[in-house]
Amino acid sequence: MFKKIRKELKKNMDCYLMLMPFMVLFVIFTVIPVVMSMPVSFTDFNMIQPPKFIGLSNYTSLFLSDKIFMKSIRITLIFAFFTGIVSYIMCFIVAWLIDSMPRRTGNFFTVIFYIPSIANVYSVWRVIFSGDMNGYINSLLISAGIITSPVQWLTDGRYVLFTAIIVQMWLSLGAGFLAIRAGLRGIDRSMYEAGEVEGIKNKFQELIYITIPSMKPHLMFAGVMQIVSSFTAGTVIQNIAGFPTTDYNAHTVMTHAYDYGWVRYEMGYASAICMILFLVMYFVNRLMEKFLGKNTD
Amino acid sequence: MSGIVGRKKSGDVIIFIFLAILGAFMFFPVYLTIVMSVKPTEELFVFPPEIYTSRPTLKNFTEMFEAMKKNRVPFSRYVFNSITVTISVTFLQTVIISMSAFVLAKCQFAGRKLINKIIIISLLYQSNVIYIMQYMVINKLGLIDSLSALILPAVASPVGLFLMKQSISQIPDSIIESAKTDGAGLFRICWQIVIPNQKPALMTLIIFAFQSSWNMQSGAFVFHEEYKTLPTVVNQISTAGLAHAGISMAAAIFILIPPAVIFALAQSQIIETMAYSGIKN
Repeated sequence: MFKKIRKELKKNMDCYLMLMPFMVLFVIFTVIPVVMSMPVSFTDFNMIQPPKFIGLSNYTSLFLSDKIFMKSIRITLIFAFFTGIVSYIMCFIVAWLIDSMPRRTGNFFTVIFYIPSIANVYSVWRVIFSGDMNGYINSLLISAGIITSPVQWLTDGRYVLFTAIIVQMWLSLGAGFLAIRAGLRGIDRSMYEAGEVEGIKNKFQELIYITIPSMKPHLMFAGVMQIVSSFTAGTVIQNIAGFPTTDYNAHTVMTHAYDYGWVRYEMGYASAICMILFLVMYFVNRLMEKFLGKNTD
Repeated sequence: MSGIVGRKKSGDVIIFIFLAILGAFMFFPVYLTIVMSVKPTEELFVFPPEIYTSRPTLKNFTEMFEAMKKNRVPFSRYVFNSITVTISVTFLQTVIISMSAFVLAKCQFAGRKLINKIIIISLLYQSNVIYIMQYMVINKLGLIDSLSALILPAVASPVGLFLMKQSISQIPDSIIESAKTDGAGLFRICWQIVIPNQKPALMTLIIFAFQSSWNMQSGAFVFHEEYKTLPTVVNQISTAGLAHAGISMAAAIFILIPPAVIFALAQSQIIETMAYSGIKN
């Protein structure tokens, strides 16, 4: 056994050396924190006193007595549908259309669609959806005669989820969009010529038989990005609609974890929330893998 | 669409118009941010709110700098911190990730499959979810209140690695094999053959690293004013309320410009380099 390891090390020393800097940092700052959250979720831990083992009781209270948590699951799923699936399809369609444009035009559009995801520009939405008459949406709707008095887009429990979804969708043409764009760009043009010889007749067939199969790795990556951003959404909502949102109507699972972790310092409970979120995300990821076909290796 | 089948001029015009309309919607909030950042404060309270201004002013920007000067630490210190973090993260990420991505994509060694699996799973564990636990680790290492607390956790980005690895695995093995028979070592194959062929993916990696580190807020990892980053302070001064909206928008524009410009420039380079990146079997 020992001999075998030494032999392997000797044979592939280059590989291990080139991999080492990444692995050291990766283990310290990603693997250890993630692995740690599992045992912490079985404890009562406030960061000051040492953690106290309490078994499954964080989980039982989450599912049996925490009504807001159950609500946050429902909201997260609605949220994930729009900012995950709908926006994923939007990323693909926009990237696909851009790909047919001449280079300069295509570049220009890529920048336009990508800019929203770059920085903290979303604070402008607070003004757009502002609840007084100076809000742009309100003033537009009042001028058009659709409403007579301003709507509280950010504080009325009926609208806050809708508003949050709009803003999050606006932000969502990010890494996944670029990956799809790069994937489309990278397809060998001669594949299309070959396709034509093989009897591909229209753009739709081209898309199904050539384009999508040739860029599965990029589609997979974009999908993972979309899962992460849609399931862990919360910061943006907090920044534009406040915390917590009215009647917890835009309260996502992530916001719930934030509430217990950074506001109440109940780290054990927060870790349990995160563990559930991880499981759901993992399951959705597997589902997508099945859907796109296994190709991640 | 991108192919040669059914390329019609009229179709392209329709697509252009469609993209232009959709693009206008996407860009409108950015445009509004720009307009509001140069709007005099009085105009913010006009009904109906205008989407342009006839008297543009830079007052919001000067007020933003004034507000930051009132801090104990000079404004230049925050800029210096942000630049240090951005350059370190971008450089380290590019070098470290390129090497590991190549090894994980193209070398056969024990543990490769396992590491690849772990990295794919860890893509899902990227967010403020692990922030709490990260805090404990950084605390144990004694890195709290230093720029390293911001730089080191950002370097080993699974997202960057995954993207690079996906791209490198598209290269045919035969190219690497023939380089090996020519006697080139792995390190040389990586930097002289594989990475120069990965300019688009490399650009994307650099853009992501730049963006995330330039936007990085010091958060809970740094307490002392002198180690805080630019977005942290900008966030502090841009308090809510319409009266402060002008300053808040000026701050947003100030932070947006560097990554937006770099992205716009790198974009054209991606397209340029793509012409040479086609590898034929």
